[in-house]
Amino acid sequence: MQFTDEHKALASNVKNFAQNEIKPFVEDWEKNGHFPAHDLFKKMGNLDFLGITKSTEYGGLGLDYSYGMVFAEALGYAADLGVITAIGVQTDMATPALDRFGSDELKKEFLTPSILGDLVSAIAVSEPGAGSDVASIKTTAQKTGDDYVIDGQKMWITNAKQADYFCTLVNTGDGNVHKNKSLVIIPSDTKGLSVGDKIEKLGQLTSDTAPVYFDNVKVPQRYRIGEEGDGFKMQMEQFQEERIFLSAINLALLDECVAETISYCKDRTAFGRKIIENQSIHFKLAELQTEIEATRALIYRACEEFVNGNDLTNLASMAKLKSGRLIRDVSDACLQLYGGMGFTWENQASKIYRDGRLTSIGGGADEIMLRIICKYMGII
Amino acid sequence: MMKIAVLIKQVPGSESPLSIADSNVWLDEEKVAYIMNESDNYALEEALLLKEGTQDCEVVVVSLGPERVKKIIREGLAKGADRGMHLNINSNDVTDPLSIAKIFADALKSENFDLILSGLQSDDLGHGQTGIIIGELLKMSTGSLAVSTKLDGDQIAIKQEMEAGFFQNVRMSLPASITIQSGLNTPRYPSLKGIMGAKKKEIKTLDIDSSDQKLKISKLYLPSSSNEITMIDGSPDQIVENLVKVFKSEIKI
Ligand SMILES: Cc1cc2nc3c(=O)[nH]c(=O)nc-3n(C[C@H](O)[C@H](O)[C@H](O)COP(=O)(O)OP(=O)(O)OC[C@H]3O[C@@H](n4cnc5c(N)ncnc54)[C@H](O)[C@@H]3O)c2cc1C
Repeated sequence: MQFTDEHKALASNVKNFAQNEIKPFVEDWEKNGHFPAHDLFKKMGNLDFLGITKSTEYGGLGLDYSYGMVFAEALGYAADLGVITAIGVQTDMATPALDRFGSDELKKEFLTPSILGDLVSAIAVSEPGAGSDVASIKTTAQKTGDDYVIDGQKMWITNAKQADYFCTLVNTGDGNVHKNKSLVIIPSDTKGLSVGDKIEKLGQLTSDTAPVYFDNVKVPQRYRIGEEGDGFKMQMEQFQEERIFLSAINLALLDECVAETISYCKDRTAFGRKIIENQSIHFKLAELQTEIEATRALIYRACEEFVNGNDLTNLASMAKLKSGRLIRDVSDACLQLYGGMGFTWENQASKIYRDGRLTSIGGGADEIMLRIICKYMGII
Repeated sequence: MMKIAVLIKQVPGSESPLSIADSNVWLDEEKVAYIMNESDNYALEEALLLKEGTQDCEVVVVSLGPERVKKIIREGLAKGADRGMHLNINSNDVTDPLSIAKIFADALKSENFDLILSGLQSDDLGHGQTGIIIGELLKMSTGSLAVSTKLDGDQIAIKQEMEAGFFQNVRMSLPASITIQSGLNTPRYPSLKGIMGAKKKEIKTLDIDSSDQKLKISKLYLPSSSNEITMIDGSPDQIVENLVKVFKSEIKI
């Protein structure tokens, strides 16, 4: 992947922003159980960070996804996957389909303010009874007059407590489960919509995750994105950006984790010498850095396919699978090198160990990535 | 039209390892990650704020150095400067403030700037004189260590930091060359639109002959460090008494 001066300037700008406007506040935000999404998104909107790949007519920059990926990677310097993932919901999970298929009116009402950082978005696909198996969601939207009446429940929704609207996958009909769904924008202040208690999680404590309930929720049909029945297809498509984003945010984070672990091992003495001097340790660190680089190369290649307009489903699935495994392996190995300190909250390795576990689950679990890869290989 | 020049220097960032080159007179540049000098970044922000508060105003970022300094010129353009000037010099030989100021004065003279802003000192050489000498050479008013600036017709009012926590308010007529203290504003991040737009802005390159120099670095070296440990024994009272003595007379806290 060839980076221009502009890519490099974006990377260093986002790195500075992440290190100065996010990282110093993470500890407090973890204690609060959420980060101030409206505040932070407004700051980011002012710097055009929230519409990098979005259409210029609606306030975006209209750049190709290589810029989106550079943005995602540099966000890693914020050193907190909770906030970074929440940002990704806004840029790469809840809005790509809206940008691609939404009506002019819908984009003016929801996309432009999201790019400006005035509205916080959420993506509501998963349900208590359907996560991996997206096709079997149960939430329904019944037509009455010009409206839809929506009933059902969504689960695990990132940004739920602060979102101004939910890009929601619903069944707008019966029959073929891949052709009966639509994506509908549901403003959070609509009557009948309620957000449940925040879910207590293992990690990513800065991000608020909660269930969302729809009880006789009425929205106009013009809030539907694209054609009725195309929802499943559009969602599968916007999963691709989501997967590259979720893969790329781990890279810089892990570079830093390894670098900090090296410093610790250079400092820590056991058996009369610095622990870094043990070959098993310095070889291990070299292995980890090599794995990070190899994963980076895969993610860049997936992104390149996307930029060139090719189907990236296979490579994006491999990238996310690999990145999810990588963050578990690297954080676990680094944590071990901190010894007892690794089991405390005082270092990046243990934080990444907690926060990074989600990569292998969210946006399609590892097993689902493997299913996709198998299909592309012609095995199943 | 009001014309403001901001002098920005590229200096080694604190994040990069600073190892000394084999020549023993400069850093090993290969390993250095360069950044915009801290106080220059504040000077740039001050210029952009003045521009935003003035009807017809142009901000020009100017940097002296090899090809690599174009990076910070583009950064200045991305933040909102209108055009750039690169005073292209192929070596780090010129290090004395008078020679540097002469180069700038020659290059800037025909531009007839109303205001030249620069950082109070560079983080690598730290002479703290360049902006003032340029002002003198160009027969401008000069002011140093400004912690606030306000344009007022053909004058500029600045608040200067003095010794021991004192400040001085001065007003001077334009044209003026003023050096800016860090911390007087909050430097902005460039927006992505700014970054993408920067490549369309003009950077004029002037090749500089570096033969004139008054000062040469003869040796660059790291201070040698030594570990000296003094044990203080005795009763708690005696320890405290002796410790205070050490603080006062030896470490001089
Ligand atoms: C913190 C957090 C934030 C989230 N944010 C959002 C959000 O904003 N929006 C949203 O819509 N969702 C969100 N999710 C939901 C997430 O996408 C799902 O949790 C994920 O897709 C897995 O679904 P599930 O939890 O129902 O697990 P299940 O589908 O029940 O899977 C359980 C296990 O079975 C495995 N499995 C399932 N099918 C197969 C198979 N065919 N072969 C082999 N193994 C299989 C899975 O891989 C997994 O290991 C979030 C989840 C978390 C934890």
